[in-house]
Amino acid sequence: MELQTLTYLVVGASFALYIGIAIWSRAGSTKDFYVAGGGVHPVANGMATAADWMSAASFISMAGMIAFMGYGGSVFLMGWTGGFVILAMFLAPYLRKYGKFTVPEFIGDRFYSKAARAVAVVCLIICSVTYVIGQMKGIGVAFSRFLEVDYGTGLLVGMCIVFFYAVLGGMKGITYTQIAQYCVLIMAYTIPAIFISLNLTGNPFPQLGLGSTLTGTDTYLLDKLDQMVMELGFNEYTTEYRLSGLNMFAYTASLMIGTAGLPHVIIRFFTVPKVRDARSSAGWALLFIAILYTTAPAVAGMARLNLMQTIEPTPGEYLVYEERPDWFRNWETTGLLAFEDKNQDGRIQYSADPAVNEMVTVDNDIMVLANPEIAQLPNWVIALVAAGGLAAALSTAAGLLLAIASAISHDLLKGMIAPGISERAELRASRVAMAAAIAGAGYLGFNPPGFAAGTVALAFGLAASSIFPALMMGIFSKRTTKEGAIAGMVAGIGVTLFYVFQHKGIMFIASTAFLGDMPANWFLGIEPNAFGAVGAIVNFTVAMLVSRVTSAPPESVQELVEHIRVPAGASAAHDH
Amino acid sequence: MSRLTEAQALAYWRRNLALMFKLLVVWFVVSFGCGILFVDVLNQIQIGGYKLGFWFAQQGSIYVFVLLIFYYTRKMGKLDREFNVEED
Repeated sequence: MELQTLTYLVVGASFALYIGIAIWSRAGSTKDFYVAGGGVHPVANGMATAADWMSAASFISMAGMIAFMGYGGSVFLMGWTGGFVILAMFLAPYLRKYGKFTVPEFIGDRFYSKAARAVAVVCLIICSVTYVIGQMKGIGVAFSRFLEVDYGTGLLVGMCIVFFYAVLGGMKGITYTQIAQYCVLIMAYTIPAIFISLNLTGNPFPQLGLGSTLTGTDTYLLDKLDQMVMELGFNEYTTEYRLSGLNMFAYTASLMIGTAGLPHVIIRFFTVPKVRDARSSAGWALLFIAILYTTAPAVAGMARLNLMQTIEPTPGEYLVYEERPDWFRNWETTGLLAFEDKNQDGRIQYSADPAVNEMVTVDNDIMVLANPEIAQLPNWVIALVAAGGLAAALSTAAGLLLAIASAISHDLLKGMIAPGISERAELRASRVAMAAAIAGAGYLGFNPPGFAAGTVALAFGLAASSIFPALMMGIFSKRTTKEGAIAGMVAGIGVTLFYVFQHKGIMFIASTAFLGDMPANWFLGIEPNAFGAVGAIVNFTVAMLVSRVTSAPPESVQELVEHIRVPAGASAAHDH
Repeated sequence: MSRLTEAQALAYWRRNLALMFKLLVVWFVVSFGCGILFVDVLNQIQIGGYKLGFWFAQQGSIYVFVLLIFYYTRKMGKLDREFNVEED
């Protein structure tokens, strides 16, 4: 069957499934809308969390980034998985015990202050909005490449789908669609990887294939890869640092802490019935995530190897441009791949030296999206990759939008502006807030602000430096006061934003970057995207110092802390 | 479910913190340790096609993370039963 038709069929079928689930799982109460009724099985929640967490960046971009960074790309692998260990031990069980609907609500109660709650809402909205823009872009790109509709139409279709299940079903609808989306995206990711691993090494497990020998030879795949990249003048694949050991350390730490502090991930743990379910659910989530994350480095290495072997089939013999394969032509039209015949010999030279290199653009995203075509896999696999990319972007977008909508309807409206509103009115308000959030995100998707490119990394930095430390101190230190928490959050997010802006420009307008975006000016050689860990340290320090000189939290708050530390029975019932 | 005395609550919390500390050491060693700080040393060792440090950074740390969470869940379950603070 024609690839185009097949892609429409597969993507259409996945959308029909999401809509079917939406109709089946309508929300009848605010508890349904915010926490899916609180009765989600821990394995199901783990699967939904995995889809919630793995965004367009994980699915489409990550393997490509690793392919070109080699060992240095490990920061994403360790950072984006290690955060779940922190989440499982430091936050999830205690916040589940607390048993309410949103992250700012906990901060407001624990720090006995509406101001703290408001600061948390602001931090939440900044991180979630920056993050959602990236997803909207992913949806638009996937549509325009695979279904050949224009970017705007693609975005609109994506918004309508999210609108349908997020507004109708809230967290309940989102949870069950995310489970379906996980299944779609994991198949779409692993099937091509298995085929490619079989092709290259004869081993069906990509995780093992990466460490195996190439079919028919005694040469290990990674040795061959190291040798080929070094012949082209790049650094050795398996040992190339990302700038420096210290920078990699800070980057990994920022991504870990940021992962644990992202509100849309945290609220998923409010949906399970018990504290012990929150603990195990984090394990299931990471297991489901690990299936993709341990496959990604194999996809990265193998795709890089395939790409180089396509361009240079035999050593020293470069591919003639006119004989380039179809996938090469297809991706050239998108602008993600570009060739410039610098020495006019009609052949494609690929080199680390910018003066000689003729592959002038090789976008990271191609490594996953074009992978099945490069490996000459059947059309249905390519169609599946399109559906998988969309599932990854849609599931994350929906989770983020719910975090934003519930902060608006539950924390701002019910918590501060109109505490007296009825449950039905709040449910209606939460649907309106959701619709508004989708419209807002769509607007930003159509008119991506100049800073769109840097935003996902920034979201992690902001979550790491503001929300995570406040939550952790709220649970682990009874002595942290409201003044301490507020000062800490403001200082942490402030110093992180300041550092990013001074190197990347205020609101990412490059001309306003007063220190320039160059390693020489970086504090200890730490790149701006990796600065969240430093921001978190500032937050902790400021909060502790301020807490020391302000009067201790009231008795009732100390009891609340006692209460959340134990699964059952530590203090008087605290149900709402 | 029973109410804990102050001393029991403190003992429960200390045991939880001790377990967390132990697991965090492992968490740190496999990722920041084997994957970043000592990666060059470990890379001297090769298992199959993988240099060991590289393997920890791109595969091994992730497997250990998954095991750590399930181990924590099991240990905390036992601790909850010991202190009789399980939810019904």
